[in-house]
Amino acid sequence: MIELRKVAYSYGGGELFAEVSLALQPGSFHFLTGPSGAGKTTLMRLLSAELLPTRGEVTLFGQPTGAMSRDDVAGARRRIGLIHQDCQFLDHLTLAENVMLPLAVAGRQPEAQGNIAELLAWVGLTRQADQKPPSLSGGERQRAALARAVIGSPELVLADEPTGNIDWEMSQRLLTLLAELNRMGRTVLIATHDLNLIRAARALVPARTLRLAQGRLVTAGADL
Amino acid sequence: MSILSAPRSVAAEMPPDRVVPPSGFTAQLTVLAAAAMAFLAVFALALGSAAGRLAERWDAELARTATLRISAPPDQIAAQTEAALRVLQTTPGIASARAMTSAEAQALLQPWFGPDLPVALLPIPQLVEITTTDAGFDATGLRARLQGEVPGAVLDDHTRWRAPLIAAAGRLRVFGGLAVALIALSMAAMVTLAAQVALAANERVIRVLRQVGASDRYITRAFVRRFTLRGLAGAAAGTAAGLLAVLFLPGDDAAGGFPTGLGFQGTGWLIPLAVPPFAAAVAWIATRTAARRSLRAMT
Repeated sequence: MIELRKVAYSYGGGELFAEVSLALQPGSFHFLTGPSGAGKTTLMRLLSAELLPTRGEVTLFGQPTGAMSRDDVAGARRRIGLIHQDCQFLDHLTLAENVMLPLAVAGRQPEAQGNIAELLAWVGLTRQADQKPPSLSGGERQRAALARAVIGSPELVLADEPTGNIDWEMSQRLLTLLAELNRMGRTVLIATHDLNLIRAARALVPARTLRLAQGRLVTAGADL
Repeated sequence: MSILSAPRSVAAEMPPDRVVPPSGFTAQLTVLAAAAMAFLAVFALALGSAAGRLAERWDAELARTATLRISAPPDQIAAQTEAALRVLQTTPGIASARAMTSAEAQALLQPWFGPDLPVALLPIPQLVEITTTDAGFDATGLRARLQGEVPGAVLDDHTRWRAPLIAAAGRLRVFGGLAVALIALSMAAMVTLAAQVALAANERVIRVLRQVGASDRYITRAFVRRFTLRGLAGAAAGTAAGLLAVLFLPGDDAAGGFPTGLGFQGTGWLIPLAVPPFAAAVAWIATRTAARRSLRAMT
């Protein structure tokens, strides 16, 4: 599904990481952890074809990202549910409209009619459905980003610090949803520095933890 | 709200241009530019239409007439006029010939000299009004005959000054068309500018759309739809205002001159109705080009 082969990324004259190789198999669940500034967000952006590697190759759904056209990238993004650290929305649309945006751009809007209310209820945003994003709290925005990322039943969910702005209870609910998605065959990769979240996930899903530090990606042990 | 019922905001399908923020000065700029350009386009079309009518009228009115001017000493003028009328009556291609009275001559001169002109005291040549048949007459042959029989006669078949008048009216018509083309170009430039500003101002919106899998085609369509509708709305308002303005201009009959005869006649009033769709087409092309270029430049 996703493969990184000897990937390096340079930024501002320095090399953020090098020789990073990784294969995410369909239906797998991964955590990506590491200290701040190690390049977790950059790695996530490489995986969603937002960035191209300086060296090496990233293969997304069987296609090298460097050889993808703009249409190819858009097509690949429709198969990925992205949750960014700084969740961005279209401020003039309602929360519900923002959540169903992935379906609207894919021409699958009618599918939203049935499941959007259910999804918003699940993330606890039913009352906020008709509100505009600027009026939402940080936690509400994070939950809305999660709903938007999963509404199209993506094959892969990439979540960058998805629990950064939400309380522990909501983090657990979010984790449960991602674990459910994983049980339905979706591949999940969560970048987080929250080790408690990783530990909590072990009870829900067989997750593999990767650690990015000092420019290298290694599999972390059970000592986390 | 029931958990299974869709929220109010998603009850209806979201049109693509909903993703473009609705406000901003670019929206007003596009509507205003389209309205102003459509207003001017209506006047340019009215100018072209009036010029066309004028050329046709001059051509029709002057093509079948000629004038004979007889300058002779007072004691010979009557005899020469009679001789000229005899020659004209026997000339093929001339339908009728009539000596104008001094009152008619005075009426012709009145616009220049006023009503108190003592025509009888002035050495004004005798004018003979000639109406030709559709086939026309041989002007060279007639001049030769008149030279022999009426030495004081000068034949004016109007060709000398008819051609430049018709050419001038034709040129006015071309200017009208040129003005419409320039207006369309100006509108295209303004819409392009507004679209580029809107795209630059909405870079964050575009980033979010790309993040959720929107293709450049989808984003382009959203902006194009928004700007085309704005162009159409502005041009419709401008055209309506232009038509009202043209409608309330004094007509031909009121003043009889060209500048006041600016307007449309009969089915000609339908021509300006093409302005709003044309403006929308211009906005469509301009926004599409601008959006494609801007999106290519955005990483």
